[in-house]
Amino acid sequence: MKIILCMKQVPLKDSQLKITADGIWVDEKNLNFEINESDHYALEAGLRLKEKHGGEVIVISMGPAARLKQAISQALAKGADRALVINHEQPILDPLVSANLLAAAIKPENPDLVLTGLQSDDLGFGQTGVVLAELLGMPHATLVMEIQSLDGKLKIKRELESGWFQYIELPSPAVLTVQSGYAPIRYATIKGIMEAKKKPLKEMTVAELGVQMTEAVKMNKIYVPVKSKQTQILQGDAKSVAKQLAEKLKNEAKVI
Amino acid sequence: MASGILTIVEQNDGKVSRIGWEALAAAQEIGAGLNQPISAVVLGKNAQAAAKSVAETKIQQVWFAENSELSNYTPDGFSAATKQIVEKAQPQYVFAGHSYQARDYMPKLATAFGRVFMSDCVGYRLEAGAAVFIRQMFQGKINADFSFIPQSGTPNFVSFQAGAVSSDKLVKGGSAAVADAGVNISGASIRTNVLEIFEGVKGKVDLTKAEVIVSVGRGIKEKDKLPIVEELAKALGAELAASRPVCDDGWLPMDRQIGSSGQTVAPKLYVAVGISGAIQHIVGMKGSRVVVAINKDERAPIFDLADYGVVGDLFEVVPALTAAVKEVKG
Repeated sequence: MKIILCMKQVPLKDSQLKITADGIWVDEKNLNFEINESDHYALEAGLRLKEKHGGEVIVISMGPAARLKQAISQALAKGADRALVINHEQPILDPLVSANLLAAAIKPENPDLVLTGLQSDDLGFGQTGVVLAELLGMPHATLVMEIQSLDGKLKIKRELESGWFQYIELPSPAVLTVQSGYAPIRYATIKGIMEAKKKPLKEMTVAELGVQMTEAVKMNKIYVPVKSKQTQILQGDAKSVAKQLAEKLKNEAKVI
Repeated sequence: MASGILTIVEQNDGKVSRIGWEALAAAQEIGAGLNQPISAVVLGKNAQAAAKSVAETKIQQVWFAENSELSNYTPDGFSAATKQIVEKAQPQYVFAGHSYQARDYMPKLATAFGRVFMSDCVGYRLEAGAAVFIRQMFQGKINADFSFIPQSGTPNFVSFQAGAVSSDKLVKGGSAAVADAGVNISGASIRTNVLEIFEGVKGKVDLTKAEVIVSVGRGIKEKDKLPIVEELAKALGAELAASRPVCDDGWLPMDRQIGSSGQTVAPKLYVAVGISGAIQHIVGMKGSRVVVAINKDERAPIFDLADYGVVGDLFEVVPALTAAVKEVKG
């Protein structure tokens, strides 16, 4: 099975984000980055399918190549076989542009399966995988919790709202966007880390891919949301705060 | 000339879903602001019945498509049907509620028109005769204003987060024209084969009935520490709930999950312990009357929703709170 895994870096979850003076993005200078949460699960899904059916997992990512090296190494150390990196310094804020770049890099690979995370923790558009499927002419499914490959078809468990689920069947090749919690995420072994260094990494430029970077949406500005609720932050040590809170819940809010 | 807001009103077997009504309310509000007429699209099994109830709102037109190829939701089917209706109606905007279904096929539909799907909007502004859409980024920590770069001949596709516009705002008392959209879908074009649909946890607890809920998140760090929170729940007479990661790790069963993939609740008191307030969780509890947040990170988005906030170590605060609650309750 030839599996492509699309992976993205996002600022560390608990990062203190500072908006730049022009209000266009966050100051990335002092930020640390990590692999997007659902992408971890997508990678895990890909590695498990490779273990069961043989083949290769190719990880693809876009961004500043130097910054991506850490994330790529992590994926290769866990068991991905090779990596494709689309070098791009600025964050790409338009999912159609992102998907077009990925499609251009993925098409020549002729994969059996393309996996992405469900959504990114930065922009949160939650659609790159679906857009990619349409561009590649492949069927897709989102919110994927389980993937089985049987006789050239994919049997997939999808999450629905309110605790419901469904099983569907799709022909291969297909694009699947993987939900967090798919399966426990593995750690890279020391052996894996050593082997990662020898695995092929191919860097590509946007120019080489021949993709028009025309945007269909524009992000005007970003800002810290203005709160509509009046929050009382209670001060003091645990015992004092607890006492204040219990009293307020009883006498002020009247909920206990 | 593209004009009007076409709203995809989601329904299940003849009954319009709450997020479907919300999308329509958003369309009415924005349509009034932009002076654009409103129409609706209803798809799937028993769509005609749902279309009748949609026609009772103050809009111009409702189209329905009940083709057998649409009786089970599939992205190929719903995308093809909507595409045909959009091509005929030529709206300026296509709205939907940001449901799992919308996430699954609207990006495909938008791409077919060479556009971007403006997903999960929490609000909007009208500036110079055009709508600017507000989306959350970085898990709710930062908001962003987005505009469409218009392309003539194609509409702008937008979805609204659950609760972004209240369905209370829906203007009723209408009698819109209802018509079969007359879409043609070949069975062969549908690549998804739906095998079965089922409920995950049998005999699950109905958290929507709880008056008080104590909800625990990643901050609890380990399953073994849960008793601290269980004690608080007991003292408050509350049901225990959790954010997704706690359920994913198996520390609490899936039916205790609150959020976009779990239950949506609106109790009179919601105590969020060690929960950061990611969007997927917030949409499941933002209707709560009184919210208490206990978190060691003062910048956690959960505090934006809290009536009372405690920035501190939950391992100290929660046991102290349990004792204080017991005392105050007598």
